[in-house]
Amino acid sequence: MIRLFKVKEKQRELAENANGGPPVKKQTAGELRLHKDISELNLPKSCNISFPNGKDDLMNFEVSIRPDEGYYLGGTFLFSFQVSPIYPHEAPKVKCKTKVYHPNIDLEGNVCLNILREDWKPVLNINTIVYGLYHLFTEPNYEDPLNHDAAAVLRDNPKMFESNVRRAMAGGYVGQSFFARCL
Amino acid sequence: MVDTATPPSRSRDLDKLLLRPGNLVGPTFEPGTELREDLKEYVKVLVVGAGGLGCELLKDLALSGFRNLEVIDMDRIEVSNLNRQFLFRLDDVGKAKAEVAAKRVMERVSGVNIVPHFCRIEDKEINFYNDFSIIVLGLDSIEARSYINAVACGFLEYDSDDSPREESIKPMVDGGTEGFKGHARVIVPGFTPCFECTIWLFPPQVKFPLCTLAETPRTAAHCIEYAHLIKWDEVHSGKTFDPDDPEHMKWVYEEAVKRAELFGIPGVTYSLTQGVVKNIIPAIASTNAVISAACALETLKIVSGCSKTLSNYLTYNGVEGLHTKVTEFVKDKDCLVCGPGVLIELDISVTLRKFIDLLEEHPKLLLSKASVRHRGKNLYMQAPPVLEEMTRSNISLTLYELMDKVPKDIIHVTGSTRRDDKKTSCLRKLRVVFKGVEGVTDMDMAGGA
Repeated sequence: MIRLFKVKEKQRELAENANGGPPVKKQTAGELRLHKDISELNLPKSCNISFPNGKDDLMNFEVSIRPDEGYYLGGTFLFSFQVSPIYPHEAPKVKCKTKVYHPNIDLEGNVCLNILREDWKPVLNINTIVYGLYHLFTEPNYEDPLNHDAAAVLRDNPKMFESNVRRAMAGGYVGQSFFARCL
Repeated sequence: MVDTATPPSRSRDLDKLLLRPGNLVGPTFEPGTELREDLKEYVKVLVVGAGGLGCELLKDLALSGFRNLEVIDMDRIEVSNLNRQFLFRLDDVGKAKAEVAAKRVMERVSGVNIVPHFCRIEDKEINFYNDFSIIVLGLDSIEARSYINAVACGFLEYDSDDSPREESIKPMVDGGTEGFKGHARVIVPGFTPCFECTIWLFPPQVKFPLCTLAETPRTAAHCIEYAHLIKWDEVHSGKTFDPDDPEHMKWVYEEAVKRAELFGIPGVTYSLTQGVVKNIIPAIASTNAVISAACALETLKIVSGCSKTLSNYLTYNGVEGLHTKVTEFVKDKDCLVCGPGVLIELDISVTLRKFIDLLEEHPKLLLSKASVRHRGKNLYMQAPPVLEEMTRSNISLTLYELMDKVPKDIIHVTGSTRRDDKKTSCLRKLRVVFKGVEGVTDMDMAGGA
């Protein structure tokens, strides 16, 4: 199929003449798709994105969310995103870096959002995830609990849930857990 | 029929393929002893992976007359490998797979030289891979396949009329198995679909909802994933879980057992824990043998031309009876990894701003609001504002400077284009060539992602 031997020397010659310079890291298809996602981001005003490793590392970034309604109004919550080289075949890994009293986010920062795990599809993108996260703060739900206690309080006593959220965001204890101020 | 001048050959059967003409041969087949000797002397084959498929591949390739083989694998031998990775013995547990596999095949097949590389595939410089005539993959992950594919397709060059240049083609043969199922495929970049053209073939991985793990576990796998994904972080704050550390795995197993007892769920075992956490696929030795044999034969066919090659994807399914089928998948002509991209010739004085304007007028692109990326560097980003600001100062510089004064290279652009009066976003690959710069002989161009 291919005249491998005839071209062998030619190939070597070409390799030596190749652009020179330091060896480059291979760009993965995942990085390219992410580049598209990022360049098309259209975030709500309450969300901000930052790139701790500079402008060229798009695979690791942070998004801060400042809900402008609901229980979490006024708080600022930071999420870290880690994107795999085979994105979008695999969803990004997202963690909440701000300790939060929330039924769907545990104290370690794990987030229960369907599109991050079982319902992830390659047609979804970073924008969708950020909107999904934002939605968690405006509509926390007790049916998918990751913080069991918070979920039970939200279900049984929304007033108390509200005051627990305020206390946590202002910096203080809810039950045994201490929350740093995030207002 | 056999040429009487032929020196006695150890590979009598192989000679029947390589020394005689035929009607079913490939288009460039030139039978004769020269071909057979060239195969031995010049052809270098890289085997990626020295596991279930890799052991079979090395043995098959060595016995098929290839003399110069190299093998790369980052793993060490484990007891659970021994049932099928037949080059390894109990005494080898803990040693590097690539090293032991190379040694064993060399001991058994005289004349073959196998160079082992005990490292990650990403640790090698890109040029390491350019040294091989063909790359054979015996891997178990999408990620590793995708990486090798990007590297191999990166060597591909296209002529000014978008036809691939023969001498730049780095063929790959990819095998994969999962229990009774397997596939063997031939990837000839520029001619047959590359791995990325058909990435959709892979089903998404099963991921359990975290809240199911935390609240309502129903299966042993749920209990294991709870220990692995939730409990680990809770107890070891900040310490990363290492699936290759037996202590870590044991901890997850023990936590999973506690969890399972709490919910009355049977079936948590240590090996299931390893299986779930490391996403281990059950392996069957004979499936590996079948798939590797197909891959080794395709390698021989591609290199020698002694028969037409598989076109281009074989599936083997032994789950219910036996079913095997060959499908001819088609290339994605706009593939970012193996496609030619759009050729653009520029003066070295063109600024990034001017270039972005040019893309809007280019008849094949009509791309407005372009963001530009070159070799992992963002030259300009339209959004988000933070990146726009960080890259804004570039737009008055020349593209030639921004691309480190290379005479030609690939860049990627994203932006929006009009199709049927509707705005759609798109991501395109471009082959940029600077006019009148030394080093460019014709209008050809290095390819790649």
